[in-house]
Amino acid sequence: MTMPQAETSLGTATWSVTGLGRRALSYVLPFAVVAGCWQIASLFFPPFLFPSLVDVSKRCVDILFSWSQFSDVLATVGRILAGLAGAFIIGAVLAVLMARSRAVNDFLSPILTLFQGIPALSWVVFAIIWFHGIEPRIFFIMVMTTLPAFTFQVLSALQAMSRDLMEMVMSFRPTRTKLFRTMIIPAILPDILTAWKVNLGNASRVVVVAELVGATGGVGYELLQQQQVFDMAGALAWTLQLVFFVLIAQAVLTLIESVAFRYRAVSERSL
Amino acid sequence: MTATGPIISLEQVSKSFNKSRSAPAYIAVDRLDLQVGQGQMLALLGKTGCGKSTIFNMIAGLTEPTSGSVTVDGRNPFREFDSFRGKIAIVFQGDRLLPWRTAVQNVELGLEMLDVPAGRRKETAMHWLGRLGLRGHENDYPHALSGGMRQRVSIARALVSDPKILLMDEPFGALDEITRDRLNEELLRIWGETKTTILFVTHSIYEAAFLGQQVMVMAANPGRVKEIVPVDLPRQRDLALRETERFVKITARLRGLLGS
Repeated sequence: MTMPQAETSLGTATWSVTGLGRRALSYVLPFAVVAGCWQIASLFFPPFLFPSLVDVSKRCVDILFSWSQFSDVLATVGRILAGLAGAFIIGAVLAVLMARSRAVNDFLSPILTLFQGIPALSWVVFAIIWFHGIEPRIFFIMVMTTLPAFTFQVLSALQAMSRDLMEMVMSFRPTRTKLFRTMIIPAILPDILTAWKVNLGNASRVVVVAELVGATGGVGYELLQQQQVFDMAGALAWTLQLVFFVLIAQAVLTLIESVAFRYRAVSERSL
Repeated sequence: MTATGPIISLEQVSKSFNKSRSAPAYIAVDRLDLQVGQGQMLALLGKTGCGKSTIFNMIAGLTEPTSGSVTVDGRNPFREFDSFRGKIAIVFQGDRLLPWRTAVQNVELGLEMLDVPAGRRKETAMHWLGRLGLRGHENDYPHALSGGMRQRVSIARALVSDPKILLMDEPFGALDEITRDRLNEELLRIWGETKTTILFVTHSIYEAAFLGQQVMVMAANPGRVKEIVPVDLPRQRDLALRETERFVKITARLRGLLGS
């Protein structure tokens, strides 16, 4: 009686280890293929076109362990987070106003759509003309490029809230604060996290452009320095710093999702 | 209506909705008069679209009548909305549980609005969950509960703040017969203990006659009162009552009114 159970649990353990290994492999494989292709290319092309991965790794380690360089990475990360936080707060307030009033919605929607149509590089030029300080410039660029998306995403989440649940909560006569805490925030949180995920990628691209033109520090500025000396290994190493940040930030958001949305039913059959 | 006077009073109440700018207004309720005494159980029986939910929304203060007056405990529930916090509770047709809250957290909702301290909140919520046979499921999320269990959580959520008025909008409509019978009996027991004024909307003639002290039969398009039928059966009722001649006569009368 005991033996089959032991065999079964052993079998399950083996199966789960195999499954885990397969998942890890499927995650790593695409990166390994790209890295392999790059390494092969490095054997046939000069280092200023395709530097070897060893050189790129060394430069990555240099950046991570040299405070003067790593502070540039932190500056860029800070700018991304500050810009996103600013855009999110302003966007959320605008979205609430738009959800409450049709007139505000009719007035702001075209303006935000107009902003969406302005290229990031144009905002960079406007910021350089309008602002003197580097940080206000970059903050302005980050906010203006991510604000419309945040506003529309939060607005859409507010409009998609269940009317039945809203009516149920309203029947308890909540104060405005309690309405937000018990109903609105939990209901729109999934969309807010999705908005952050999407805008994180956009912001990391825009910040480089902003720093490239309008800053004297940060990843974008360092990329410009590497371009001027044709240092491809350096350019790649600085780019990877930003990629690492995006991956870490996405992992943090995914972790928050898995904790915050543990109430969701999991179907045995997926899409 | 009773010695203490009506707690709910609707006088010549009409409610119409504009579905579109070009279409004429849809009259959901037409010149309705209704008085409900404190501690009464009134069943509202009618076909779909007879304005039962609209009446509930007006009594709960969620919507304002187009004409006429609605008073609850002598006040206007729409204009003095906040003053009825904790005094009027609704059990909706669907359970309407917040999916991100566990059963006990859902039940605590009404007490949160009343600023009841967390400890006492949980204790009261657990009492009601136990009362409705849900002990052991307090930490389950709604998706992990059956339809009957979810509806019981929603009843506990409504009762937890000890409301003066309980509005129940077809709460057992989606449940199987056995669960429905059990919950009907449980509701009568709770009503007997709490003396809450209950308005109970149903499509079921048997349910209306079994639960109500009076049954208000409604006509549709526009919603109006056809007749209020007194149910002269003892207040303490069990399912065996439905086999009695008196009960059969009452249900026959209700069926006749609904069909006419």
